[in-house]
Amino acid sequence: MADLSVKVCGIDFKNPIIPASGVFGYGREYEELFSLNKLGGIATKGTTLHLRTGNLSPRIAETPSGMLNSVGLQNPGIDHFIETELPYLLTKDLVVLANIAGSTPDECAEVAAKLEDTDVHMIELNISCPNVKQGGAAFGTSCEMASEVTKKVRAVTKKPLVVKLSPNVTSIADIAKSVEAAGADAVSLINTLLGMRIDINTGRPVLRNNVGGMSGPAVFPIAVRMVWQVANAVNIPVIGMGGVSSGRDAIELMMAGASAVQVGAAIFTDPYVPVKIIEEMNEWLDSKNIASVKDIIGTVKPW
Amino acid sequence: MKYTQGQFMITEKTAIAREIYSFSIACPEVAATACPGQFVHIRAKGFTLRRPISICGIDKEKGTLRIVFEIRGEGTSEIAKLNKGDLIDMLAPLGHGFTVDTTYNKVILIGGGIGTPPMLPLAKTYGNKAITISGFRNASAVILQDDFHSTGATTILCTDDGSAGIHGFVTQPLAELVKKGGIDAVYACGPMPMLKNVAKICKENGIFCEISLEERMACGIGACLGCACRTVRNDNEYFAHVCKDGPVFNAEEVIW
Repeated sequence: MADLSVKVCGIDFKNPIIPASGVFGYGREYEELFSLNKLGGIATKGTTLHLRTGNLSPRIAETPSGMLNSVGLQNPGIDHFIETELPYLLTKDLVVLANIAGSTPDECAEVAAKLEDTDVHMIELNISCPNVKQGGAAFGTSCEMASEVTKKVRAVTKKPLVVKLSPNVTSIADIAKSVEAAGADAVSLINTLLGMRIDINTGRPVLRNNVGGMSGPAVFPIAVRMVWQVANAVNIPVIGMGGVSSGRDAIELMMAGASAVQVGAAIFTDPYVPVKIIEEMNEWLDSKNIASVKDIIGTVKPW
Repeated sequence: MKYTQGQFMITEKTAIAREIYSFSIACPEVAATACPGQFVHIRAKGFTLRRPISICGIDKEKGTLRIVFEIRGEGTSEIAKLNKGDLIDMLAPLGHGFTVDTTYNKVILIGGGIGTPPMLPLAKTYGNKAITISGFRNASAVILQDDFHSTGATTILCTDDGSAGIHGFVTQPLAELVKKGGIDAVYACGPMPMLKNVAKICKENGIFCEISLEERMACGIGACLGCACRTVRNDNEYFAHVCKDGPVFNAEEVIW
């Protein structure tokens, strides 16, 4: 049995596997299938200051080895999260990353400030949602905006601050350096890639929002590349995600430089996949006589 | 809601119409808790998203479920390749089903096309208190009429082109039956324009009406919020989710 524990921003995770924000709600629906205590952590559904209804349907489309979504940050608002969802999650033995978002840097800061007096373990600031008209990815696609929103949130919170980055940029390493300089304690990446499908019989986009975020196994090589580039560019931990669907994928992302790994779309294919990934990682480490998963972080040997 | 995910044996497979298949699946733990109106979420080999398929039969004694589905695209085409003796990967039973009230004396069950299968377990529940109205494009698309008949229900068949049964839409016999009176409830599943018209007739006549909706779906259990449906609850607009709040909704809640 290998040691699967990792430490990110001083927070201990019993294993590096975290269901990604948006696929897993606040965990309740999956608790019906397995104990949340098996997980290293949970990144909760992106939460804004007030309730949001999200985009019109259809919000989901299948793509080769992946999917598109355009949910558009539907959520019950931060007060509901703090009153109803967070207390439930804090009874579990896992790290809670509260994913927060807003239309403006001030809204993001206001949401973060409301979490300051709670026992939530970490804040994951979403500057990369491709499905909302204001804020969202607009913050994450310029170094100046990414820096401004990170500074505003940093000013109101002492919690470990993880900034979730958009892959829809020319240089994700530059964005990562900007948020590091602005006070982020870690970065997580990649959010979804902006995509589109058209029903050729109707001439209409499949998604009612026309465009949406692409995820699933198809994006995995992009995630590996970006995690590797960012890990080489910053001195803060990187939480990797994007198309991970097996223990081997998680190991690969950690070799590229991730200190922990989030799992998204693969959960829709197999709801038990986070638990299976943990088991597969352990088996692989044992087969290689590697005592601790920490020993593989960033160990890729580039040519 | 209680659901499980696992691999279950297909015990019977038949093609019941062009590109429409019927599977019987041995899954005692799922059959034990399944209700009319619920669905199963099926993994299609090689695809990221599961495919939601309504439950067409629940045999709690034999521990089997029946599903009837149409090949709509690549995912359902893949599922249709499975054969008797193969294992099918299901997350089930899911969703909020139909409201069954045993004090009702006369109910109408309306199915349009591939919306017909979920009405069968309901027909079994209501027996001779049910009148089923099924609508199809033409005679070659007609399914499940013998099954409805054997539940003791009165069956009415309509086709768009008149090649079988009444020449016209399901709303025609519905309006006539409603006019005669004594209808306690109407349940419907099928294309949106049909559901909208059924809901309108029921609303005008003050009849309780539940409809089953369809939407592109990811998780199937209410976590990802992918399958949103605009509804009204307590006078407020509410984005419900077809997988968990539905697929069955009170027709008056839905914003058409």
